[in-house]
Amino acid sequence: MIIFLLFILLLAIFLGFELISKVPSTLHTPLMSGSNAISGITLVGALTTAGTDVNGWVTIVLGVLAVVFATINVVGGYLVTDRMLRMFTKKEPTKK
Amino acid sequence: MSIAIDIVYIVSAVLFIFGLKMLSAPHSARLGNLLSALGMLLAVVVTLFHKGILTYQWIITGLAVGGIIGVFSARLVAMTSMPQMVALFNGFGGIASLLVGWAVYSINPLLPLLQIITIILSVFIGGITFTGSMLAFMKLNRLVSGKPIMFRGQRLVNGVIILGIIMFAVFFGLAPAFSSVYFLIFLGLSLLFGIMFVLPIGGADMPVVISLLNSFSGLAAAATGFVINNNILIVAGSLVGASGVILTNIMCKAMNRSLFNVLFSGFGAVTGTAGQSEISGEAKSISAADAFFILEAAQSIVIVPGYGLAVAQAQHAVKELADLLEANGARVRYAIHPVAGRMPGHMNVLLAEANVSYDQLATMDSINPSMPTVDVAMVIGANDVVNPAAREQKNSPIYGMPIINADEAKTVIILKRSLAPGFSGVPNPLFYKENTRMLFGDAKSGVEQLIAQFKDMPA
Repeated sequence: MIIFLLFILLLAIFLGFELISKVPSTLHTPLMSGSNAISGITLVGALTTAGTDVNGWVTIVLGVLAVVFATINVVGGYLVTDRMLRMFTKKEPTKK
Repeated sequence: MSIAIDIVYIVSAVLFIFGLKMLSAPHSARLGNLLSALGMLLAVVVTLFHKGILTYQWIITGLAVGGIIGVFSARLVAMTSMPQMVALFNGFGGIASLLVGWAVYSINPLLPLLQIITIILSVFIGGITFTGSMLAFMKLNRLVSGKPIMFRGQRLVNGVIILGIIMFAVFFGLAPAFSSVYFLIFLGLSLLFGIMFVLPIGGADMPVVISLLNSFSGLAAAATGFVINNNILIVAGSLVGASGVILTNIMCKAMNRSLFNVLFSGFGAVTGTAGQSEISGEAKSISAADAFFILEAAQSIVIVPGYGLAVAQAQHAVKELADLLEANGARVRYAIHPVAGRMPGHMNVLLAEANVSYDQLATMDSINPSMPTVDVAMVIGANDVVNPAAREQKNSPIYGMPIINADEAKTVIILKRSLAPGFSGVPNPLFYKENTRMLFGDAKSGVEQLIAQFKDMPA
């Protein structure tokens, strides 16, 4: 199992390098905040731990906090990226 | 059901990949971000059907609280504060990874060694991402000094902390069921190390640090994926990790420094005095009225924005001035240095907010060859990125860093509060050149005075 997961890790890293090797500098900030939002995928892990119905308050507190932080990361990250990208595109129609 | 969940995860992964790809081209960026958000939504919704999830009350509470905070912070943040915001979100992603690792341990301490190792990684990377980002946030928000903070024996202290982290990680790994104290010490030391790691890094190096922490937040998510055996976390996390590394690399190149140098040298703190003696001449100050006459006669104008523009929130005023200049018959362009501001692409975002047209923005490489034909270079709140010492003085600490050659323009007008050196701590000979005029003051008030002059102009 672990070998399989390492295999995935390696392939995904190479894919990541290939995907964004050439980015215009205009898009550095949105790319960063957009990829940052993707790293909020930890939310999926947080959900599964927060949903396990065992073991007292420590686990519950940890799980809920994890969900809260990861949700802020995801929701805030995507919205703020969209807000920026909207500014980049809004002037296209007005151009002569 | 579990198979169905995995299939949806694959769809999510594909959406993330296409989303990232489209984010790197201007015309498709917005759709790319939406696709990636859709992938996230799918992954989250389908996870709720996971067979291990038995209670929903806490999940819903967490989602609601986090969602509300996320919406409000994304709506309310000013574009000038974007670097802080990204740092903050980075940190939140990191702490979430740490908490998940910790929670898995607290649910069942009797885990096999392999899984304990993944928990150690998840907590360690998540921990340094969290505290490192929080400190970066505070530095950017000026809650603590933006200067590099160095002290005697710093490397020794860091060495001891690293040694402690390794030691307690081993203690914990050997007998996880009985080592919750060791685990907590390990966690605390990881958090401490995040602080120590950002402490010596100065404000001007923040673009590098934020990119790097962005990369870390992805790696932390990937580590968490190993903890809970989840493919989508590993794929998404490593995509972000790789993209962060690329951005970090671009930033380092733009400053002609290695990552090692950025992280460990505490730039401004050690090199403040070098190269000072060679500056001669006197800085010539200019009034807004005189600056107006120069601008009014200019045919070709290049605006070089920097962090000072962000601090003064002058982007709208600058755009207004540029419109007036264009109405007066001049050609106006903006020259943007890759590390201008406090995060990659910071200036582009601000100018986009002010509705500056995309084709007026020029990169350093495209503008430099035509610089000698430019009538006026207007430097607004920038300093190190136009410092000719980087080109001319071999002994200068910033020698070799690519700069915008504002000094080659026929006249240079610099809007700045004082003659003080920039974040690098290196004095700027450009201020003292024959063809340079200083318009002292806050970037915004300076630009507004110029606008007022134009409006008073008899038609």
